[in-house]
Amino acid sequence: MAVTQPPEGPEDQAGSVAVAGQPDAHNGAAAQIAMTAPDVMAGSLGEYTRLWLRRVRSGESGVLPVIVGLIAIGAYFQISQHSFLSAGNIANLMTQAGFIITFCMAQTFPLLLGEIDLSLGFNAGIGGTITLWMVAVAHPFPVWLAILAGIVITTVIAAVEGLIVVWLRIPSFVVTLGFYLGLNGVLLWLFEQTGNVGLGGVIQVHKGFIDGLVSQNMSPTVAWIVLIVVVVLAAVFMITQDRRRRAHGLVAPPLSVTILKIALMAVVGLALVLVLNANRGTLFEPLRGVPWVVPVVLALLAVMTVVLGRTKFGRYVYAIGGNAEAARRAGINLNRIRVQAFAINGVLAGVTGILYASFLGSISNNIQGGQYVLYSVAGAVIGGVSLFGGRGRIAGAVLGGFVVAVIYNGVILLGLGAAGQYIWTAAVLLAAVTLDGLSRRGGAAT
Amino acid sequence: MVANSSEDGTRPAAAGRVSSAPERPESSPADSAAGPVPAADAGQPLLQLKDVGKSFGPVQALTGINLDIPAGQVTALAGDNGAGKTTLIKCIAGIWQPSSGEVLWRGRPVHLHSPRDATKLGIAAVYQDLALCDNLDIVQNMLLGHEEQRFGLLDEVNMELTAKKTLQDLRVTTVRSIRQPVGSLSGGQRQAVAVAKAVMQDAQLVIMDEPTAALGVSQTELVLSLIARLASRGHAVLVISHNLNDVFQVADRIAVLYLGRLAAVGPTADFDRQSIVDLMTTGASTRLHDSSGEPAASGNLSSGSEG
Repeated sequence: MAVTQPPEGPEDQAGSVAVAGQPDAHNGAAAQIAMTAPDVMAGSLGEYTRLWLRRVRSGESGVLPVIVGLIAIGAYFQISQHSFLSAGNIANLMTQAGFIITFCMAQTFPLLLGEIDLSLGFNAGIGGTITLWMVAVAHPFPVWLAILAGIVITTVIAAVEGLIVVWLRIPSFVVTLGFYLGLNGVLLWLFEQTGNVGLGGVIQVHKGFIDGLVSQNMSPTVAWIVLIVVVVLAAVFMITQDRRRRAHGLVAPPLSVTILKIALMAVVGLALVLVLNANRGTLFEPLRGVPWVVPVVLALLAVMTVVLGRTKFGRYVYAIGGNAEAARRAGINLNRIRVQAFAINGVLAGVTGILYASFLGSISNNIQGGQYVLYSVAGAVIGGVSLFGGRGRIAGAVLGGFVVAVIYNGVILLGLGAAGQYIWTAAVLLAAVTLDGLSRRGGAAT
Repeated sequence: MVANSSEDGTRPAAAGRVSSAPERPESSPADSAAGPVPAADAGQPLLQLKDVGKSFGPVQALTGINLDIPAGQVTALAGDNGAGKTTLIKCIAGIWQPSSGEVLWRGRPVHLHSPRDATKLGIAAVYQDLALCDNLDIVQNMLLGHEEQRFGLLDEVNMELTAKKTLQDLRVTTVRSIRQPVGSLSGGQRQAVAVAKAVMQDAQLVIMDEPTAALGVSQTELVLSLIARLASRGHAVLVISHNLNDVFQVADRIAVLYLGRLAAVGPTADFDRQSIVDLMTTGASTRLHDSSGEPAASGNLSSGSEG
């Protein structure tokens, strides 16, 4: 009755627990390789590359199409307008990208659950308004308290939306659509209450922390130190993790691959810091340094990557997005995780509102809440976050948000205006979704 | 986890006749004396159903079910559509509560108010939908809800080791990497992951609902050998199956349901294909063997002892 175990099959190149004995296992082998990260299967650099190429060809290409697309878009803009890759514009791009990227990060949490937050744009607007009002109008409040208050308010609003979704079992699409309108109303009302100070419903940011958050630059020395610390920390983390896996007899990516990844990261960081540390002002009014928004976004990326990838909460978010019934049977409190995910979405909305206000230097009552929601969804989806839940990474959302920001920047640079901006973003979004859909169909379809 | 992993190949069914005919709900002391069954408290079956009935309003779905499920053996539950197989396993798995009768676990009466109660006792049900997250890998699925942590963060290394060990114990070795998403697995492999998940969470009774229904030949073989291995490791296994080939290949004992009643129950040797078909379709069969010299392990409903 017991199936005899054949010796290690010829296809067993991975050195894992694999014994490709059953005939059916051979049929499924290609799909299995395709969907498994080469990190946990390859033994050497060559093998890693081979597995990775196989994976790309069968459609599980990860971020590759996004990077290829980004390079293509960048090349087009550079050819059309030579100032695109100038130091000044790159710094400008970074400041524009900050709030768009955090919008995409915020949207990723509901999306991973298979939900959506349409009210995100106005929620961020309310957070930014509260913070600015406390700093700029009602002067006595210290900046940290103003920032905290803004983030707490957006967090509470998003958590309430989550509670309504789980308690009343109404689709988040409808709940957040209601909040989209309602929060827009609240925003207008807020400006009616505070607007006697600002002109025409605008609160200006005065010089100070909030203003400097996006537009001020780190000193060149600080930028170098930050770069070194980030690369060293990442390297130590990756290498110790791999060593621990090997020490326990588990498969870890080959050291050469890890070193290559770290080197790649270092080179990109190096290029960025070099360009941004160069003087992009004039001889007499030098302007140099990496905008502060870059380390802020990187820190958020690191924290959210840990939250989604290394905590029970993050695991449960993916489980619920993948198969809510399975998660429920595993004893997971679905409602709690959903509300928590909405709350984190709210935290990031608050941060976004502040970054947005800092970028514009003011906040007004005609913030384009709807447009930014669509950007957040577009960026997340371009970065590989599935609209149906369970798939996607925060790094993907950051990359997707960056693509949206590049288009935003490039289209303004080309002088195409709002029309061009919308059409470009739409085209890239559709291209990303089409590519994703095609590759999934061609690849490991179940 | 049930500790006995010594695979000496002794199938307990071959040794002791395990009787749980309706007329004799108390099992004989000879039970399970031969098999590698751990924790078989004085020959007690792991799970006993005594006169269990279940009604939904006026509909009587189950009537007077007396069934013993011993550790270390595979009990197959056969029956036509609507015979009450699913109702019965849902009563055991805590999804529904029996309307009458009692459930004994290791000889003690228990009331299962929810699936969680059943899980706590060590009863795991693997339904046809398997309840796996396609987007998570094998390790993540197997430890879902039971994650191990280190410094407040997930301890992927230890979780992978735990999962790997369970899979190796069960000889589930056709997967390439246990870090591959479950969505990339074949049907049999998915079934194996679902079973391994149950075993890892200390299940002593594994209930499987049509485990081979959607599988090809070799995948079916994989699952059947897994079922046999579970039993040889001392788990009790209750398998629902329509497929008589599978039933005869893997079961130590067969119970046949007919219209909510237990038409027959006994060692596999007492039955042949025709008698099972007769029992499934008419509730009675004239072809029942009697391998032990005792009255056949059958409840002929028409002349039934139990009514």
